[in-house]
Amino acid sequence: MTARPRADRRLGLALLAPTLAALGVLTVFPGVWVLWLSLQHRVPIFGVARFAGLDNYAFLAVDPRFWSAALTTALFTVASVALELALGLGVALALARQRRGRRLALSLLLLAWAMPAVVTAKLFEWLYHPAAGLINVALGGRALNWLGDPRLALAAVVLADVWRAMPFVALLCYARLLAIPAELYEAAQVDGAGRLATLGRITLPLLARILLLALLFRTLAALRAFDIMFVLTGGGPAGATETLTVYAYRSLFQMLQLGFGAALGVVVFVLVMAVAWAYLRLGRAAAPAG
Amino acid sequence: MRRAGPALADALVLLALAAYAVPFFWQLLTSLKPEAELLRLPPLLPSRLTLEHYRVVLAQSLIPQALWNSLGIAALTTLLALALGLPAAYALARLAVPGTRALLLVIVASTAFPQIATVSPLYLLLRALALRDTWTGLVLVHASFALPLTIWLLAGFIREIPIETDEAAAVDGAGWLAAVRWVLLPLLAPGLASAALLTFLFSWNEFLFAYTFTASEASRTIPVALALFPGVYEVPWGDIAAASMLASLPPVLIVVGLQRFLVSGLLAGAVKD
Repeated sequence: MTARPRADRRLGLALLAPTLAALGVLTVFPGVWVLWLSLQHRVPIFGVARFAGLDNYAFLAVDPRFWSAALTTALFTVASVALELALGLGVALALARQRRGRRLALSLLLLAWAMPAVVTAKLFEWLYHPAAGLINVALGGRALNWLGDPRLALAAVVLADVWRAMPFVALLCYARLLAIPAELYEAAQVDGAGRLATLGRITLPLLARILLLALLFRTLAALRAFDIMFVLTGGGPAGATETLTVYAYRSLFQMLQLGFGAALGVVVFVLVMAVAWAYLRLGRAAAPAG
Repeated sequence: MRRAGPALADALVLLALAAYAVPFFWQLLTSLKPEAELLRLPPLLPSRLTLEHYRVVLAQSLIPQALWNSLGIAALTTLLALALGLPAAYALARLAVPGTRALLLVIVASTAFPQIATVSPLYLLLRALALRDTWTGLVLVHASFALPLTIWLLAGFIREIPIETDEAAAVDGAGWLAAVRWVLLPLLAPGLASAALLTFLFSWNEFLFAYTFTASEASRTIPVALALFPGVYEVPWGDIAAASMLASLPPVLIVVGLQRFLVSGLLAGAVKD
């Protein structure tokens, strides 16, 4: 009886070894390296490479561009996640009542989710065209410069991101709705509960967990978002859509400040981990209540 | 009224979702519009449809090479992630390996890893290994990035298969490898398809790593080529629309043709805890 578990263990480790090696070299090692990089002044084109301690972080603390990027990241995250959850929930409720054409409905819905974010950016760049864009025409021939006006650009980026990510939220909620037994609704009907009461007392409480999960996934994704603003606006106009990720990228590969850019990357990493940790705490606190 | 109600509601939902997909269909229409009518709106519909933009993109741009790069890199990424991930998932789901719980936690945590944090060290690493601007470099990076999700999905799918099926095969005298090959793998096929599709889509769509680690048409993938699509004097909206449609072709085929596997993969990745 003791030989079997030991053999299992050896086999298990052998099967895991290639994965652990790959993740070690290509995820863990870079994860540690970026911390080390962030403690250096490193500008390859000038041959600068020296230890800087916490200089890069000290500079971030008083860098107005950093705080502006942090604010943009926060605005982008809150606005897009809130819209994605609200819209996604609505779409899921509508889809769950669908009797025929569900496959077609899901195809139309998931189209936006499945294509590359760069394509989404190109789609919306064309829709936002000041003269020939469908959006301005639909607004009655206005000439709004969506991507060129600092007051509109962030909203334009949020809209494109919501379009792309909402289907994921809708799909999660939709699957949960299908798993609710019909008897629950029938019982509510027998008890004379109206539609609104059924929604408030049965449907939404049962969706709470999945909505919380969608909130986590989408918040993490919004904090990490890069493609959509980088391609759609490049962080412009006048920095109006420059998030922390875009600032980090520009520092790394356009200003070639590897150490400083690494510090920005570490900040994004810490933000993501903090949100995930807060979520786990929240989940644990809520668990006993149901 | 009672009979027409549900059918009408169904039709309205489909109509609303079709409206939601308008940005895509509008780009499709744009890709088929004659050059002279692109910047004139209204009318909404063009006087005639043309394949001219597709001809230009396929014959005179770097898009075909980028599509080929993307196809190769995404396919190899998928193969590599499955080759590494399947044994790992089997070990985590079926064998008493010490520290399984901790390992699973690390794997879940690493799916949240921001690319922007590792992009600079990976750049230095690939440069040191002379793997910049190669398929190999991008495949390695994509596969390792997709690996946690692949393992997570596959371990979940393996757990859904009752352990008795493995044990029954073992009792029949089959070695564990034979049991895996002839009993577990066939049952796992739909799960493998889901994991493969999601990995393929991730690699096909990925932009930040591909943009940073490529430098020429030797390895530029389709999102990168699309982001860098050149315009000489003015933006070639029709050509960009055609290139966008070509870039969306595999995702669209997956959504329409392999929807079942895509949906089950997405849900399994999210809902299992």
